[in-house]
Amino acid sequence: MEKSKTIKKTENGNAKTSESITLDADLTALGEVTLFVNSFMERIGCDEKTKRQTDIAVEEIFVNICNYAYSEDDGKVTVEVRNDGSRKLVLTFSDRGVRYNPLEKPDPDITLGAQDRKIGGLGIYMVKNIMDELSYRHENDKNILTIVKYINC
Amino acid sequence: MNIERTANGPEIILTVEGRVDANTSKELQDAIITAFQGSNKLVVDFEKVEYVASAGLRALLLGHKTAMSKAGYMKLLHVAEAVMEVLHMTGFDSILTIE
Repeated sequence: MEKSKTIKKTENGNAKTSESITLDADLTALGEVTLFVNSFMERIGCDEKTKRQTDIAVEEIFVNICNYAYSEDDGKVTVEVRNDGSRKLVLTFSDRGVRYNPLEKPDPDITLGAQDRKIGGLGIYMVKNIMDELSYRHENDKNILTIVKYINC
Repeated sequence: MNIERTANGPEIILTVEGRVDANTSKELQDAIITAFQGSNKLVVDFEKVEYVASAGLRALLLGHKTAMSKAGYMKLLHVAEAVMEVLHMTGFDSILTIE
């Protein structure tokens, strides 16, 4: 599959910074997405724990889009990362795939023993645990998922 | 991610290094399943694993279930703090055998 990428940067003094990347919704792009978000977090000085946890959230959302958004057609996903100088790191994932709100997915019961545990279903649960704010909207035929991490940079 | 396989008597030891993510977890899962084809005693050394996403948890759960079905065990050794956070968050710390 042809890999394509566009990076847009917006800087407004030091007050507001945002970057976005558009990639094929394909698992082969996972490394590139996590590297993109990590470089941003590195630049604004996030601590190791924030980077590590956000890394997991980014993977889970991206993998979810790769697996479910597009059936046969090759599709794209855009990831935007933003920090307005406050203590919020805002990540937005958008795709033109099947309308789907992952936040509506019921949480798995994490108190069940191994025998009753289902294989899978943990990704979004982890995102909900790691991130501090989550919201979904469907707009102009796009799934737009925004996740926010409170940071100490 | 790299996996090295050794044996200690009837026990198979998988020493894993790197990131267990959506792209590499299949390899870990295959190594676990293959190990259980020849033994029911498995040790997975996670000392050099710094990252586990949900795909990796799936591989570990499958391994644990396989161990139970074979009346054996799968022990997870030397789990780093960062990975333990993930196991705790998902309740896996009370499912898996962690030493």
